[in-house]
Amino acid sequence: MSLRSPLGRVLGRGAAHEGVSEWWTQRVTAVALVPLTLWFLFSILALPALDHATVVEWMQGGWTTVLLVLFVVTAAWHSQLGVRVVIEDYVHAPGAKTALLILVTFAHVLLGAAGVFAVLRIAFGGAAA
Amino acid sequence: MRERPLSPHLSVYRFKYTLTTSISNRVSGLVLSLALPVLVYWLMAAANGAEAYARARELLGHPLARVIYAVLLLAWSYHLLNGIRHLVWDTGRGLERRQSQKSAWFVGIASIVLALILIYVTLFSRGGTP
Repeated sequence: MSLRSPLGRVLGRGAAHEGVSEWWTQRVTAVALVPLTLWFLFSILALPALDHATVVEWMQGGWTTVLLVLFVVTAAWHSQLGVRVVIEDYVHAPGAKTALLILVTFAHVLLGAAGVFAVLRIAFGGAAA
Repeated sequence: MRERPLSPHLSVYRFKYTLTTSISNRVSGLVLSLALPVLVYWLMAAANGAEAYARARELLGHPLARVIYAVLLLAWSYHLLNGIRHLVWDTGRGLERRQSQKSAWFVGIASIVLALILIYVTLFSRGGTP
């Protein structure tokens, strides 16, 4: 007996190779976060002070803007994948599980979007004085 | 329908170092997830101008917040080093019991040392941050 579905056999495409995409994305974002978190931590430490003027000036540096955007997006993505796995493992009630997964995804997208918006607003000089 | 036992039923496991390192990776990851709203709050405050930033700084610079930063630095140190350990495992290396025990000890001790250094540098060696 074949374990493949009739439709799968007709289409004859084999596996779509997408089964591991979340697993793989978690690894790729993990690798990216090693330099990004190190960069962020040491950049913050290297700032002479953390007052508004200093921080804004730092964020307006071209590469700083790009790396900050990548940092926020990658961190939010990696966090979403990680929290997702924890919920999938420990929350067993089907309704609560789905609701929590949606909530966590929304929260991460919101945080990622807000972070990117804030960085770009500062970078393009739109920040309130 | 009778409630069926679902994995993982944590109480049935015999205690082993693998259990500690694995759950610590998850806990530290969750702790770091909680840092994300803090980071975004800080960025938004900076974008909203000097006044909003000053208010946020008062909250983020509260003495009690230092405890949170210390916990975050420990969580980050551990998650970073143990994450690298996991990435090495993903290549198929270091999975033998002796190697895995050794790397568990290394990650545990190194992450505490790294965290202590970072906590000292960020929170004590320079007056009032952030």
